[in-house]
Amino acid sequence: MNQDLILETRGLVKEFKGFTAVDDVNLKVERGTIHALIGPNGAGKTTVFNLLTKFLTPTRGQLLFNGQDITRKDSASIAHMGIVRSFQISAVFPHLTVLENVRVALQQKRKDTFAFWRSEKILDELNDRALALLDSVGLREFSHALAVDLPYGRKRSLEIATTLALDPELLLLDEPTQGMGHEDISVVADLIKEVGKNRTILMVEHNLNVVADLSDTITVLQRGAILTEGNYETVSADPRVREAYMGVEEDPLEGEGGEGNAPVVEASV
Amino acid sequence: MYNKKLNLVLLGLALVAPFVLYPVFLMKVLCFALFACAFNLLLGFAGLLSFGHAVFLGTGAYVTGYVMTTYGLTPELGILAGVAMSALVGLVYGKLAVRREGIYFAMVTLALAQLAFFFYLQTPFTGGEDGLQGIPRGNLFGLIDLTDNMTMYYFVLAVFIGGFLTIYRTIHSPFGQVMKAIRENEPRAISLGYKVNQYKLMAFVISATLAGLAGSTKALVFQLASLTDVHWFMSGEVVLMTLLGGMGTIWGPVLGAASIISMQNLLASGPLANYIHVVMGVVFVICVLAFRKGLVGELQKVLRKNSG
Repeated sequence: MNQDLILETRGLVKEFKGFTAVDDVNLKVERGTIHALIGPNGAGKTTVFNLLTKFLTPTRGQLLFNGQDITRKDSASIAHMGIVRSFQISAVFPHLTVLENVRVALQQKRKDTFAFWRSEKILDELNDRALALLDSVGLREFSHALAVDLPYGRKRSLEIATTLALDPELLLLDEPTQGMGHEDISVVADLIKEVGKNRTILMVEHNLNVVADLSDTITVLQRGAILTEGNYETVSADPRVREAYMGVEEDPLEGEGGEGNAPVVEASV
Repeated sequence: MYNKKLNLVLLGLALVAPFVLYPVFLMKVLCFALFACAFNLLLGFAGLLSFGHAVFLGTGAYVTGYVMTTYGLTPELGILAGVAMSALVGLVYGKLAVRREGIYFAMVTLALAQLAFFFYLQTPFTGGEDGLQGIPRGNLFGLIDLTDNMTMYYFVLAVFIGGFLTIYRTIHSPFGQVMKAIRENEPRAISLGYKVNQYKLMAFVISATLAGLAGSTKALVFQLASLTDVHWFMSGEVVLMTLLGGMGTIWGPVLGAASIISMQNLLASGPLANYIHVVMGVVFVICVLAFRKGLVGELQKVLRKNSG
């Protein structure tokens, strides 16, 4: 058991007024892997995610990042430590330009974020890095557009560029391909693959094609508890996984906007 | 939108205005314009609706009035004292208010402002219902006599420009960028590692300080500090001025304040004198229903359409 764990949860529990949304979850995320968290609707994926990013406080249990206890830290602090999350609905700053969106993230590491008496022109020295980041997600030509005017898929790309600006050790992606069409999905999936080469990624994802394609490890949640864990072959061969999905919806394995994708688990069972 | 030529024209107009219009009226407009700009910094750029901003205007007015009357300080020191006290109250109130969001933030600021109102009503140094009257304007730096309305006007204009430039710079500063990011998407700003409450508090204190500056200056202009300045009507009026002019725009609050003050002056001497609040209410409803971006906001939209 001498794995190099970047993130670990021990006996994580979250109760909402008599309802246990997350029940004794022990999650181990290995450094350098892409780890996916899947499960039917209401399985507690987003709750786990919000616990990890400190947007919710656990009722019981412990969170460890690089062996350090982060259970009591707040969201902004863990961002400084190197854990940065994305959101289910695209999280950009709509009425800032695309360039400014990335720059706000780059700015965070500077000491002058409270300087209200200095001109914002001093931030121009961040432009080269911001443009390089935009280049890496194919948004350079839109740098002066307002983020609100970008089509949905590009907003997600912008969000990833903004997240990368912080150079995080661990990236938490909340349904990165939700609500996207075919072409956008493959663009974002490629982006995640590229980004994951030198980082650890933990993502919640509905679209099982994406999960199968990207993940090294998959954790399946059901009713707040871990059902099974392993690589795609192991997980998809598990009859309980199929049952968990089939018990909820008629055709649950398709991601939104992924119409036409063969539900991969079904095919391989 | 920020255009050097336009600014020079406006500056020129401001310099010759007292030869055409009544200087006290112009000074009133400038004081309220500064007040509205300070309020707009918080609402339009940090996304925080304070419903108790009168407390900072009133604190500036009372403290400046008190030290000028009692200690016979020069006006610049009197203003400094008023501004410092407003900043301090802003710091305490801000610390309590920024812990809450949205409607709760507004309610906390309203409650705290009411607290201050009753304090100023009861405490002896404010003169209760009578207010502080006959506040001396004094000699600026001990040299320039401000009794003359023309001299006073140029002093008030200088104060306004100073305050306005501070706000402009704050909006276009590294801090301003973070402030706008928080306005646009607070959870995202948090996830990028910003401790948003500290930035909100900073914006709150800057806004309170400048509102105090407006109050201090106003007390010298009218040589009066009264309960009107701390009443919640005043907190509402500044919301109206800002929305009418266009929140989140640089010039909106200035135009909004000028419109409202002019309207009040015109109505006060006409047959509608008793219905001023009714008329203002109607204006507010029309503004919110028909042109939500305010005068300047709508103008910008038209200009943008024509240019693009």
